[in-house]
Amino acid sequence: MTILIANKVGHKFGGLSAVTDFNLNLHYGELMGIIGPNGAGKTTVFNLITGVYQASEGSMRFKGIEIVGKRPNQIAALRIGRTFQNIRLFRELSVLDNVRIAHYAQANYGILEGLLHLGRYQKEEQRIINNSRYLLSIFKLEQVAGELAKNLPYGLQRRLEIARALAISPELLLLDEPAAGMNPHEIDQLMLLIQWIRQEFNLTILLIEHQMKLVMGICERIQVLDFGETLAVGTPDMIQNHSKVLEAYLGEVPGG
Amino acid sequence: MSVLLIKQWNSLLENDWLVPVLLTLGFGLSFAIPEYNLFSVYVQLIMMYIGINIILAVSLNLVNGYMGEFSLAHAGFMAVGAYSSVLLTMKVLPVADYPLLFPCAVFIGGVVAALLGMIIAVPSFKVRGDYLAIITLAFLMIVKSMIENIDFMGGPRGIPGIMKLTTMPWVFFWTATLVWIVRNFVFSKYGRAVMAIREDEIASDLMSVDTKKVKFFAFMLSSFCAGIAGALFAHLLQFISPRIFDITKSTDILIMVYLGGIASLGGSILGATIYTVLLEILRPSTMAALLSWLPSFMFDPLQAHLITHLGTWRMVIMPLALIMVMLYWPRGVMGLREFRGFIPRAHKQAHHHN
Ligand SMILES: Nc1ncnc2c1ncn2[C@@H]1O[C@H](COP(=O)(O)OP(=O)(O)OP(=O)(O)O)[C@@H](O)[C@H]1O
Ligand SMILES: [Mg+2]
Repeated sequence: MTILIANKVGHKFGGLSAVTDFNLNLHYGELMGIIGPNGAGKTTVFNLITGVYQASEGSMRFKGIEIVGKRPNQIAALRIGRTFQNIRLFRELSVLDNVRIAHYAQANYGILEGLLHLGRYQKEEQRIINNSRYLLSIFKLEQVAGELAKNLPYGLQRRLEIARALAISPELLLLDEPAAGMNPHEIDQLMLLIQWIRQEFNLTILLIEHQMKLVMGICERIQVLDFGETLAVGTPDMIQNHSKVLEAYLGEVPGG
Repeated sequence: MSVLLIKQWNSLLENDWLVPVLLTLGFGLSFAIPEYNLFSVYVQLIMMYIGINIILAVSLNLVNGYMGEFSLAHAGFMAVGAYSSVLLTMKVLPVADYPLLFPCAVFIGGVVAALLGMIIAVPSFKVRGDYLAIITLAFLMIVKSMIENIDFMGGPRGIPGIMKLTTMPWVFFWTATLVWIVRNFVFSKYGRAVMAIREDEIASDLMSVDTKKVKFFAFMLSSFCAGIAGALFAHLLQFISPRIFDITKSTDILIMVYLGGIASLGGSILGATIYTVLLEILRPSTMAALLSWLPSFMFDPLQAHLITHLGTWRMVIMPLALIMVMLYWPRGVMGLREFRGFIPRAHKQAHHHN
């Protein structure tokens, strides 16, 4: 069963083809990696899936629903959550508020109930607070719930981004270089964490990563991009021995 | 000893009953003060202006503070509220016979302003920052010149002889109600979304926030409040003209917001109060009255120069004061902090406070 199908998706920035003829078949519950050199178009793929950019060609279906042409908030409400390569937290807001905000689409009350604090407001707000606290506790962030996001150390900010992405109750989680800037020990922890949340929240995960240890360690399938084109798709073993990949990508990363 | 006092003070602020008690007290006082002339008529007038200015500051803070946009249009929304309510009380509704039609007229003034607020919300989907500020300025100018050119709205000369229907209880009622509603909005998913938009609009969208809808609501609520304030203002001053609602009026509200503190209701209340009182103190007559105890060899020269030219000095002192505030408290006195009594119980633990 596929949760996300991309069919011949393409995107251009001016004259530059950032992504060409991109195809993807992501199965329910799968943990898949996208790798490729800098500028290969990996982040652009995430931006196309989440509606930040409108694909100029092709189609994408999430749980059978066409998502090309939908607004980012509608796609998020369909339960695709994501993190960002360059952390994009709500910096001047508290850690807890960062997570609460992502409950927007699920908060089941309307503007009148919001203006008057009546009806479903109390119950829903309490539920949101509880769920937010639960998410923060998973990421060991409950101690800093009242801090401004910008005051967290880098590692905690990365964790908060994942917690916030989980707050939309995603079925598909997109992680853009979650291990960036982490030391080997932290990467080990992150690998465990990713596998754990995948079980706990029944997630399908698509992740972009340069850290080969993480990609080869936990991904079941890997897709390799180069200059916007797909070089190869396959299991970690296949990718590691793929001649085109070695040439185009791994060759550039000494010892990678 | 002082630690104990601070503790008691804090527990008083935490008390759930504090705000309801203050509200009841205030509402009672708003009847008692004019009834028994507890203050001079002049002070009563200033108290009513403070209320109206609180509404304006809270309203503008929603857009400029919480949402991080820059609106110069609020004098325009005020004008819309003022003119539409005045047309109703003067030409349509028999207010003299049915006094309760006055709040209806005020409410409709707010609704008309809110409808025009949608006109500002639409460009805000596409542009932000400086560009949106220019659009709001253009809106203000359009409103002003439209009123100037419509004869039955009094044209540039304005409308004199408006009934004095704004009383202290009404000011108190509208101020308390609107501050409560804006506070509810702020402490709801919509208010959090507004702040998220300020921080990072695209990230908000990706976290499932319907940014268009939220902007719509925020602009409409904000202009609704400004319209109500305009309606109350018109029926207090008893005269309106397009000149009253020009860019200086918008600037006044801006100063109150930035003085008190962005993204803070307590700050707006503080800012509006301080600013209104300061403006009054800096009036020649008030200043003369305040300094009349000085011996005449000191008072007379002061009177001859400073006090009589205070109108001009005011234009120097107020901006200077604003610059000082911006230098020392870049976010205003209470920027991004909130008066604890305003924070709903469930949110208290969640709220960041420095
Ligand atoms: N908004 C944009 N406007 C113009 N060009 C862009 C834009 N975003 C990306 N690009 C270009 O598209 C190409 C793909 O960029 P993308 O960010 O998807 O690469 P990436 O694979 O994520 O690289 P990295 O590993 O460095 O993050 C690059 O050449 C980049 O310069
Ligand atoms: Mg990238």
